[in-house]
Amino acid sequence: MSGEERGPEFGLGDWTPDSLAVPGVVRTVVSAPHPVLSRAADEVDPTAEETVQLAADLVATMKVSPGCVGLAAPQVGVGAQLFAVDVTGHPKSVTVHGTFVLCNARVVEATRWKPGREGCMSVPDLTGDVKRASRLVVAGDLPGSGEQVRLVTDGFEARALQHEIDHCAGLLFLDRVAGAHAVYQRKVYL
Amino acid sequence: MNELAITVIGRDRPGIVADVAEVLARLGANLTDSTMTRLRGHFAMTLICTGPAAAEVEAALAPLAAEGQLLATVRAVTPDGDVPAAGEPYVMAVHGSDRMGIVAAMTRVLVDAGGNVTDLSTRLTGALYVVLAEVELPAGVADTLIDRLHRTAAELGVEVTLRPADPDLL
Repeated sequence: MSGEERGPEFGLGDWTPDSLAVPGVVRTVVSAPHPVLSRAADEVDPTAEETVQLAADLVATMKVSPGCVGLAAPQVGVGAQLFAVDVTGHPKSVTVHGTFVLCNARVVEATRWKPGREGCMSVPDLTGDVKRASRLVVAGDLPGSGEQVRLVTDGFEARALQHEIDHCAGLLFLDRVAGAHAVYQRKVYL
Repeated sequence: MNELAITVIGRDRPGIVADVAEVLARLGANLTDSTMTRLRGHFAMTLICTGPAAAEVEAALAPLAAEGQLLATVRAVTPDGDVPAAGEPYVMAVHGSDRMGIVAAMTRVLVDAGGNVTDLSTRLTGALYVVLAEVELPAGVADTLIDRLHRTAAELGVEVTLRPADPDLL
């Protein structure tokens, strides 16, 4: 796909979790059927102190959870449009933006839909086959600076972003599975 | 608490699921795991529920079966608890011209490799026969297993693929 079709990227610049300048606290991850997972989260002020702290907490919690490549605020019980992602080192990753947190993220462009089997920390005993765009453009705000970004990505990072944006909209992968026989007992635990 | 295994099969019509589920709910039978699908015009349900005694459920389902269009069976089962995974999850897909013994031969290859089929469905449309199986395989056997599957498939004149179904944790 040409750069023109995918649109320009306004990347993360020099943003890193360190730029939040607060230590992250590991939070408890909630599981379905917790109601916070099923309602649309509220937009946040990316520069607000509580948003910055929550961003740091999401990164900290993601880092201590084995195999976790993304964590949304509703998963730690907070109905806020905020999530952390890091697919670094994952074998299915192509484009990788490192560790980052987005506030109020939305999908701008989604193409090349591909099926894949997803598991979720908040649905620990089930997995499901879900179709996701493998080429994705996402817009959102960086916590702390409030700077607007537009990320162009693909493959596994695109899947992770869609999964987390769904969490912020009150949707689980269970709301997106391919059909009645596309949900499975999770058999491999990390 | 009784655990019951119930099967209902019959000529498909709108309302079978609602009718059976209403009977169970009325009796206080809590429907846990179930699978329900339409197979060549027959609607088939297999479900596990907990609650009342088998005889009570059987009696309550009898009026539904009385028209002769549905066959329901109820039997008490012993809960096994959680079964530990026997290996890594894979999906086997087989397709080709229909002939006798495709499922038998292909699943035998899986079993001989120590695999456990956990889900399987087949469809026949026209001359095309399709088998999809979820299977747990012991670690490290997939590479040699695929060769044996290919040989057996070639003897049957069908195609086979085996792919890992490992989920990504997001």
